[in-house]
Amino acid sequence: MKAAVLVFPGSNCDRDLSVSFERAGFDVDMVWHKETDLPRGVDIVGVPGGFSYGDYLRSGAIAARSPIIGALRAHVTKGGYAIGICNGFQVLTETGLLPGVLMRNAGLKFICKPAALDVATTASAFTERFDADTPVTIPVAHHDGNYVVTDDVLAELQDQDRIAFRYHEDLNGSVDRIAGVLSKNRKVLGMMPHPERAADPALGLSDGTALFNSIASVGVSA
Amino acid sequence: MKARVHIMLKTGVLDPQGEAVRHALGSLGFDGVEAVRQGKVIELELAETDPETAKADVAKMCEALLANTVIESYRVELA
Repeated sequence: MKAAVLVFPGSNCDRDLSVSFERAGFDVDMVWHKETDLPRGVDIVGVPGGFSYGDYLRSGAIAARSPIIGALRAHVTKGGYAIGICNGFQVLTETGLLPGVLMRNAGLKFICKPAALDVATTASAFTERFDADTPVTIPVAHHDGNYVVTDDVLAELQDQDRIAFRYHEDLNGSVDRIAGVLSKNRKVLGMMPHPERAADPALGLSDGTALFNSIASVGVSA
Repeated sequence: MKARVHIMLKTGVLDPQGEAVRHALGSLGFDGVEAVRQGKVIELELAETDPETAKADVAKMCEALLANTVIESYRVELA
């Protein structure tokens, strides 16, 4: 199993994401944003958190137009898996691979703390190993995490069971308390909380491990 | 040729920053500010000399990068 982690100027969760993939059994390649191709045989692409391009223009906007994104788009179009975490989620919405926009938190403050999440669906390669009835604790660290979509798209997300995670209580003003969403084919996940910061018992939180183990067990057999 | 792009949140999209600015103005004694919407202005220096072509080019730039048309609208002005 092979994972690629994209690296932009200003990414700062790329190493953590790489370690989390490795612990779940993946070989990981770090891929600089100026590359135009992904390594051969990549099963899943990780778009890491951080502050790509200093959040200039809009969070994730410039990273979403970098050369490697063409290869990411081709990977996803072929039915490949991808996960975007925090700034990575912002990048994926900016590319249009996931719907919606992440706007400034309703309370205007940067929020950095462990957050209780409800696993809204276990019907995905990313969430299969979670127990739907047990909230998990995964850290958030973002300024622009207020998920906004049109009413039509929200209805679609709800009807198609594409909301992966919800904040257990309102955190940043996100519509329907959405913390993570899936693409139509359920193979692309974007989420604001950081499972890679909760995937090593030495760091005190391990609820994120289930996500990486889910991907490893079922995700990449396609 | 210079172009100026005005980017604003679309009507109906909540603007928490504008709202915070409105509160701050109120606390400074500026009563009667009923709403504040915050946007951005981007100035471009273009090699193009034909105004119609320039305007069309900048509109393409807005669609491709400068604005996120899910929540933002833009207006191009040539100077």
